[in-house]
Amino acid sequence: MAEYDRATIEELIDGTIDFFKLKEMLSSFKDPGRFDTYIEVLQDRVKWQDRILLPYGLHLYVVQKTDGKRMIKCDCGHEFCDANDNWKLHALVYVRDTEDRVQELYPEYLAPDPKWQVIREYYCPTCATQLEVEAVTPWYPVIHDFQPDIDGFYKEWLGRPVPDPAG
Amino acid sequence: MGWNGKTLKAMREEVDRLTEESGYYAGLKELPFKQSDPIRFEKIFSKLRGGLVHARETAKRVAASPIVEQEGELCFTLYTPEGDSIVTSTGIIIHVGTMGAAIKYMVNHNYEENPGIEPGDIFCNNDCQIGNVHPCDVHTIVPIFWAGEVVGWVGGVTHVIDTGATGPGSMTVGPVTRYDDGYQIACRKIGKNDILSQDWVIESQRSVRTTKYWLLDERTRIAGCHMIRDLVLGIISEEGVDSYRQFTREVIEEGRRGLINRVKAMTIPGKYRQVSFVDIPYRHEDVEVPPYAKVDTIMHAPSEITIHPSGQMELDFSGSSRWGWHSYNATTVSFTSGIWVMLTQTLIPNDRINDGAYFATKFDLPYGAWMNPDDIRTAHSYAWHFLVSAWSPLWRGLSRAYFARGYIEEVNAGNANTSNWLQGGGYNQYGDIHAVNSFEAAAEGMGACAVKDGLDHACAIWNPEGDMGDMEIWELAEPLVYLGRSIKPNTGGYGKYRGGCGYESLRMVWGAEDWTMFFMGNGYISSDCGLMGGYPAASGYRFEAHGTDLKERFANRLPFPQGGDARPADAGYEQVLQADVVKRDKQAITTEQIFENHDLYLNYLRGGPGFGDPLERNPKDVEKDLNGGYLLPEYAQKVYGAVFTKDERGHYQVDEVATQKRQQEIRKERLARGVPTREWMKTERERIVAKDAAVQVRHMYATSFEITPKFLEEFKEFWDLPVDWNLLEQELEMPTFGSSHRMVNKQK
Repeated sequence: MAEYDRATIEELIDGTIDFFKLKEMLSSFKDPGRFDTYIEVLQDRVKWQDRILLPYGLHLYVVQKTDGKRMIKCDCGHEFCDANDNWKLHALVYVRDTEDRVQELYPEYLAPDPKWQVIREYYCPTCATQLEVEAVTPWYPVIHDFQPDIDGFYKEWLGRPVPDPAG
Repeated sequence: MGWNGKTLKAMREEVDRLTEESGYYAGLKELPFKQSDPIRFEKIFSKLRGGLVHARETAKRVAASPIVEQEGELCFTLYTPEGDSIVTSTGIIIHVGTMGAAIKYMVNHNYEENPGIEPGDIFCNNDCQIGNVHPCDVHTIVPIFWAGEVVGWVGGVTHVIDTGATGPGSMTVGPVTRYDDGYQIACRKIGKNDILSQDWVIESQRSVRTTKYWLLDERTRIAGCHMIRDLVLGIISEEGVDSYRQFTREVIEEGRRGLINRVKAMTIPGKYRQVSFVDIPYRHEDVEVPPYAKVDTIMHAPSEITIHPSGQMELDFSGSSRWGWHSYNATTVSFTSGIWVMLTQTLIPNDRINDGAYFATKFDLPYGAWMNPDDIRTAHSYAWHFLVSAWSPLWRGLSRAYFARGYIEEVNAGNANTSNWLQGGGYNQYGDIHAVNSFEAAAEGMGACAVKDGLDHACAIWNPEGDMGDMEIWELAEPLVYLGRSIKPNTGGYGKYRGGCGYESLRMVWGAEDWTMFFMGNGYISSDCGLMGGYPAASGYRFEAHGTDLKERFANRLPFPQGGDARPADAGYEQVLQADVVKRDKQAITTEQIFENHDLYLNYLRGGPGFGDPLERNPKDVEKDLNGGYLLPEYAQKVYGAVFTKDERGHYQVDEVATQKRQQEIRKERLARGVPTREWMKTERERIVAKDAAVQVRHMYATSFEITPKFLEEFKEFWDLPVDWNLLEQELEMPTFGSSHRMVNKQK
């Protein structure tokens, strides 16, 4: 079974990994210890103390507060909402629904027609990072992309309880 | 004639019952053969897999069609007597399921009695309503007998260039009903004693345009099937028929367990939601279809993946829009089977592709939706247009799981809408009646990964072995000269890691007579979202020119259009061209248009979506994009915030410090223009209450609401709409054929 050291996982996260090393990684069996190494690196990199239970997206995490509450949190420290809620409803949104707005992104003829499709950009209200982009028809409900079963994952797949809030 | 004197139908019923009752394929709670003699088990698998791949590689040399011979659009699969797939070759492996569906159809319709199944028989199917993706994928199916009983079947499929549809080409856009789709062969016996019947050869030759390619494609399929039949008989004589039978059962159950194990090893249990769309702009003058099909609408494919702690995966497409009068409907088997093509490139990258994975997954495809039509009249000639777009978000959903689990090297933001397909026909440069389907579409931009950019102009999800093909070969096969083949800048979705860019080919008609072509891609819509802050890929457009002065320009050595169309709005080609008609617009779907010699056609192949906030892209990578022709300078400024200089040799250099400063300013601009989502929702709700949206948008919602009441309820709940709010198809200012009366598909 494959196993990678922390430095390799950091290279992967930073996008600096050597192409041939990456190719080998893609072609090999997966390393079952990856999740723990990955969490360890991510936890060391954030400036706050809350325990990361699950990486939720680029810059976003499901964290556990000391009172046991689970929140979706940006790495800048902004806390969006409860882990079961849709964080996008607590973000800033900018909707590109006119030709001028879509043509800021794509050359004319290569941009979607806003009568058919709009582009919604969701920003973190604190650090202004663009965290998700939806390309949908007008009226489309804000998509709740991901609802992880964290308890099921820890207990049934990792074979250990969800980390203790006190710990 | 099945095992132990049972009929094939009885075998089918028994396998289904045992699987249903136990949750294990054919009731196999244990795998005694694999457990007691694993080396022998693996040896049989390796012989079969190697033999199938070998048969494919050898047989494809029989073909003359570049689609088969250059692009590898063929596949061979071995089945159980009941039609469950055991092992497959490489290639267009979507047909693992479709040929199985055809076999099951023959089994369930008592082919044992009539027309009879005998050693040396050859059967053919391309009927979508029975089990196919689109009519151009023609199946040859051969039974394998051992001591008087059917021990299995082998199927071979190739993508033929023409099926005699209303328009030329393999995936014609013109058909809006089944009866326009072309030559339909419904599980027909076409040969005995390993020889094709003469009446079949005559009829099939008279039914399609590309007779030579059809003939050689058929021989390709037969050659491969017979090689595999010999291989299986050899293995049975070495291993014994009982061992072979046990192996086939166990290897499918092993495939089922294999998927569950991979799901547990690679993902996170939970729910993943995503969506894709495709525009259907049929009200345009260049779409010649019956009046009831003259409708602008949108394909809607929402999906919810549920991964249970047990490892079982459920794929729910509730809310999908209704089937329609166009060429892009799909059947359930093509929809479910094609998902394995995608999963072999991400979740199950191994050679154990068989029906085990199917048995490990639960699908919910709403009856009446475009991927599960409740009417036999539907056309399917270009089913891929919707299929590939609907599958792409699944890749994005699973990528959230890989990202959370730490396997970020597996993340993929999606795939390109695989278009345009250059197709058409007439008399070619050799004076033959001909049809073309340029498989340049087999190389498009790939979605970005979480550790690197997507591949540029190199990938198509539906064919893992995709290749754009050599220009010289296409010029031999098509009366179309290349005036350019270039990277298409700005087509990959922007991001920290960008989607791969597509490319474009400028073709000039040359040596043809009575020639037509058409366009078939997304135009008004980008079919996919980006991922985690990345943008979707660019959408589409078309360029064609008729009545050009190119003949005179060549004679007088004057400048003429060459290379790419990097800034479509600049109309660069038109600067060095006079033409009676130039069509440069967003109408990227058309039916047949007449093309004379010296007319031009631009084949633009799309890019893939991006990953992550573009402001986080390494400035050095932006510099590479500029210098490589992947990005136009003004978008490096606007999207990436790049500040750069250009030297006298045209080389760009990005100033990292100034770029960082500009990016900080862009962040401030975002905070200024962004509004809290719930505030924005109030204004959007007002539009919904007033039913303020283009008719194509309203039509899409109306058909989705009708098929899936749950989708309507969730929609109303999300937008907090009045209890009695609804949107019916009958309210819309458009024809509604097919919305109430159905010619229900009794052929299933």
